[in-house]
Amino acid sequence: MFEFIIIMLVKIAVVFGALLLTVAYLTWLERKVIGDIQVRLGPMRVGYHGLLQPIADGLKLLFKEDIIPAEADRTVYLLAPLVAIIPALISFAVIPFGSQVKILGRTIDLYITDVNIGILFIFAVASLGVYGIVLAGWSSNNKYSLLGAMRSSAQMISYELSMGLSIVGVLMMAQSLSLVQIVKAQSVVWFILLQPVGFLIYLICAVAETNRAPFDLPEAETELVAGFHVEYSSMKFALFFLAEYANIVTVSALATTLFLGGWQGPLLPPVAWFLLKVFAFIFLFVWLRATLPRFRYDQLMGFGWKVLLPVSLANILVTGLIMAWR
Amino acid sequence: MELGLFIVLALVAMASAIAVIIQRNPVYSALYLILTFLSLAGLYLQLQAQFIAAIQVIVYAGAIMVLFLFVIMLLDLRKEEQRAVKGGYQLLIGLLLAAILLGELGLVFGGGVLKGVPGEFSPEKVSALGNTQVVGRLLFTDFLLPFELTSVILLVAIVGAIVLAKRRLD
Amino acid sequence: MVPLSAYLILSAFLFATGVVGVATRRNVLIIFMSIELMLNAVNLAFVAFSRFLHSMDGQIIVLFVMTVAAAEVAVGLAIIIALFRNKETVDVAEINLMKW
Repeated sequence: MFEFIIIMLVKIAVVFGALLLTVAYLTWLERKVIGDIQVRLGPMRVGYHGLLQPIADGLKLLFKEDIIPAEADRTVYLLAPLVAIIPALISFAVIPFGSQVKILGRTIDLYITDVNIGILFIFAVASLGVYGIVLAGWSSNNKYSLLGAMRSSAQMISYELSMGLSIVGVLMMAQSLSLVQIVKAQSVVWFILLQPVGFLIYLICAVAETNRAPFDLPEAETELVAGFHVEYSSMKFALFFLAEYANIVTVSALATTLFLGGWQGPLLPPVAWFLLKVFAFIFLFVWLRATLPRFRYDQLMGFGWKVLLPVSLANILVTGLIMAWR
Repeated sequence: MELGLFIVLALVAMASAIAVIIQRNPVYSALYLILTFLSLAGLYLQLQAQFIAAIQVIVYAGAIMVLFLFVIMLLDLRKEEQRAVKGGYQLLIGLLLAAILLGELGLVFGGGVLKGVPGEFSPEKVSALGNTQVVGRLLFTDFLLPFELTSVILLVAIVGAIVLAKRRLD
Repeated sequence: MVPLSAYLILSAFLFATGVVGVATRRNVLIIFMSIELMLNAVNLAFVAFSRFLHSMDGQIIVLFVMTVAAAEVAVGLAIIIALFRNKETVDVAEINLMKW
């Protein structure tokens, strides 16, 4: 029992630390990749090729003045950044990032926990993430914030629906909700080959769920100045920022687990494969941001309800028919 | 351990339920209601109903309450916030009803009516088969007709909500 | 082991709280939330019985209750929006056109 607790705590600490480090360096990666795409250099001053930039940014944010607007609802205003970041970090508890390793004669499974409703757990936690944005927008008592919050809640509810439906095909084929089982079911062929439509819908919804370009209407700096976090400064702003990037890592890891065979792959060790796939997705996210212009709001809602939802339903129907046929 | 967790979750649920009905600001009411739902989800986990717990969070906390908050923010409710909770005879009726309900429950406990025949799904069997699998199998066999009927209800609700909330029908 | 009666007492308490909320509040949104609270109290009782009577029927019923609650909220909130658009209020005491 004691040993179990120690192993668990170490696992949580390692995953949590790696996640935060990834998130911090994601900001650097994004600026570098976008710089490259736009034929610039990106950050170069702090450290070799700007490698210490995230640390400098973090320190800068920490020392900024922490402003609470006079007319803001204080309690909710302080609560909102926490509500945004906690769900973003918790989802990683059920994502398997490797098979088993032997350390000091003990076999250790490379996931924090394997619950039999794993995928539902992630969706439940992710559905709570929207509150951070909604509450931040409402409590700031600013019309731009509120507009951003309204947009994001409508957008996230709409796209969550298609996202949930897009993975039903995978669940039907894997016959399990546990992420560990889903990875095992892909040992022969990855689900991206069997569920290409589902994968595409998942990818589009993932971009929309993380409020990234071209679906970054809740923030839309050119029209809403910055949407729900206009009024936030200092560490609270940093928390929203961290939450957004942590969400990107989570959806990338989930995409890897559901469609790209998780940690499985030849030659390289499992954890390396997992990281490779996750970073491929993260690169795709940055690439999309650098390439595509923002959608208009009515286009976004129309696309979600009139295209993605029917297509994902049709995908489930076709998957079911083919599975029944065989 | 199990009892302690139950007590904590139950106290959170009760306190936030009371907060829902005494808060003046509807946004705060909604937030406390979310807290109640989350602690109920924790209780469902303790009752080994993992699937229900997940659905509770996804449907109630993740969809229904977001809709509530959406509407509260959409309507400009500053005027109503100023009004106090109405006391008087309504409070009296409410408390009377609550007392009758709790009294009835006490009578039921005293009479020992709460004895049923144990069914076939013992906790051990369910955890061996998997909670979600059992729920799914029953949903598509014994409860197929009500399951199909709920889809009709949902369709009616979609149509009704759009017709009611749309500004004008072209 | 937590006894069944503990869950039922909690369920009854939540239901009674919902009843008091419906009877005393005048904001139609909070009345609506109290109804949701009552539905959840019933759900808790269902799941508790399902666990202690070794039957899955309770959990299935809870699923149906949730579906119906979702439908109810969608229609109910639409009604509230339509009402607010016409009367500029969510106070049930002022929505008395059909009152005789």
